[in-house]
Amino acid sequence: MFYRESGQFKSSYAADSAIFTIAQDRVFIAALLALSFVAVPGLASDYLLSGILIPFLILSLAALGLNILTGYAGQLSLGSAAFMAVGAFATYNFMIRIPGMPLLLALFLGGLCAALVGVAFGLPSLRIKGFYLAVATLAAQFFIEWVFTKFSWFSNDSSSGVISAPAMQIFGYPIDTPASKYLLTLAIVAFMALAAKNMARASIGRAWMAVRDMDVAAEVIGIRMLRTKLLAFAISSFYCGVAGALYAFVLLGTVDAQAFDLHRSFQILFMIIIGGVGSILGSFLGAAFIVLLPICLNLLGQVFHGAISTQFLANLEMMLFGGLIIFFLIVEPHGLARLWQIAKEKLRVWPFPH
Amino acid sequence: MEWQFFLEVLVGGLLAGVMYSLVALGFVLIYKASGVFNFAQGAMVLFAALSFVSIQAMGVPFWLALLLTLVLMVALGVGIERVVLRPLVNQPPITLFMATIGLSFFLEGLAQMVWGTDVHGLELGIADEPFDVAGVFISKFDLFAAAVCGTLVATLALFFSKTKLGRALRAVADDHQAAMSVGIPLKHIWAIVWGVAGFVALVAGLLWGSRLGVQFALTLVVLKALPVLILGGFTSVPGAIVGGLIIGAGEKLAEVYLGPFLSGGIENWFPYMLALLFLLVRPEGLFGEKHIERV
Repeated sequence: MFYRESGQFKSSYAADSAIFTIAQDRVFIAALLALSFVAVPGLASDYLLSGILIPFLILSLAALGLNILTGYAGQLSLGSAAFMAVGAFATYNFMIRIPGMPLLLALFLGGLCAALVGVAFGLPSLRIKGFYLAVATLAAQFFIEWVFTKFSWFSNDSSSGVISAPAMQIFGYPIDTPASKYLLTLAIVAFMALAAKNMARASIGRAWMAVRDMDVAAEVIGIRMLRTKLLAFAISSFYCGVAGALYAFVLLGTVDAQAFDLHRSFQILFMIIIGGVGSILGSFLGAAFIVLLPICLNLLGQVFHGAISTQFLANLEMMLFGGLIIFFLIVEPHGLARLWQIAKEKLRVWPFPH
Repeated sequence: MEWQFFLEVLVGGLLAGVMYSLVALGFVLIYKASGVFNFAQGAMVLFAALSFVSIQAMGVPFWLALLLTLVLMVALGVGIERVVLRPLVNQPPITLFMATIGLSFFLEGLAQMVWGTDVHGLELGIADEPFDVAGVFISKFDLFAAAVCGTLVATLALFFSKTKLGRALRAVADDHQAAMSVGIPLKHIWAIVWGVAGFVALVAGLLWGSRLGVQFALTLVVLKALPVLILGGFTSVPGAIVGGLIIGAGEKLAEVYLGPFLSGGIENWFPYMLALLFLLVRPEGLFGEKHIERV
């Protein structure tokens, strides 16, 4: 039924350490990318693009960032939204204060700023871990939210408190339609996801996993704890920062600290728990799930229309999220990504499992 | 006058700190006996307060409503232990922690779905009016809260150190397997602990509810309790109290004396920074057990 990797021999080191070792995977990814770059922007409606696909892609990127830190390096963080906020505000300030700043460079610099802040708040991880570290990242969440609401320098002294993101353009080509915004987001997310996939199989990814599984043993075999942990914080925050900048510029159109509150941090944490901790694919599956569930619930509300209040739906949504988290932790701690893997393994031998 | 003002802020802060300890106490109880960091304690506080107010609104007299809510909270605690935690035995603590985050969302949704999202007032019959002690104004309500908290802590301390059940609880906290091998029924013990935590949540819910009004914001109380725990150590009942006092006083003093230089509103993050600095010096907290694994 499904494809098998039989007959594909790895005869060189390059082939053995490729990102996608199986030919069918490479074809599948190429086809998926082609489909999403060429076919989707032409066919999808504006609502599908800016209501579902763009939030999905951006939140996937944030989930990817958190997954690097929590899933691969094993450091629980409840402050991912704060790093998103740093990315968003830094990008905004680079755009505003330096005339002629290219958008992509501003995004990159915004990510770098988030990485620096991430390293600063990652420093305690060298001494503490577990809940204590989670609380330390909460400190980042509250502190950064406070800084951005209290000091008007960051919002360019705007009096209303609402700052609209400046118009975006790349090489003179304006990014203003949903399709162009989608393409920009997709390009960035695809590039960074491949980079993450690459990191996960490279030496740094293996070092992270060693630290996650047993830090003392990792140190004994010569992994430098300081470098590995801080790098995890930096790269994770970079991903979150870029995601935050995209969230503010592409999705909301305003830069607002309220959009990056504790609730957003939990939302991203839920994505990686449901999608799969320590899995690149899982970040995407989890984000898709979290983006789609409220939309499906709303549709359900419309079916019964009038009979179910929005209040009820909002509460039901909270209960469903909470319940699903518990369900996944008990039944399938590795999330949707693991279910997909199991399905693949089953299909591989189907219809003759013995 | 300056000195008097300082005293007033200090006392106000200390008494607010007592309220934080009340929430922190619920955490400590569960952590001590099962090693679970129960993020859902705030949701339990909301659930308790909301249930109490709603039951009272049905025309049930105060004491009966209190009793009914207590039964409900104990049942909830036991239910959580049975449904959520028992299947997760032997999982890493971080998994349990994430499960309780899920639990807190579930409980918040459930409480509001069953009892509605309106803000309720809660009247305990204690006026929140200040009275004068040697020129320093102290709120009557805060004093009452402090007294309740003190009684609760004294009772729990006696319970833990003097009764057979309390000793069993401590044994379980120390080592699950060893406790089981000397014949302590682990499951009963956990059910009891979660029941007691439900009771503490009820007390905290009543006090906080009459202070802030019974509303969704009650769940945020949990965020105030976290730095208290870090400061006091996760396993110590007196630690929760002392931590609460330090955080409460520190927060108010910082707001008054440091706040103007930082354009105010620092109450939200100051306790965390205080706790964080503290962590770097003493990772196990003031009264915590020393065997926290360090990197």
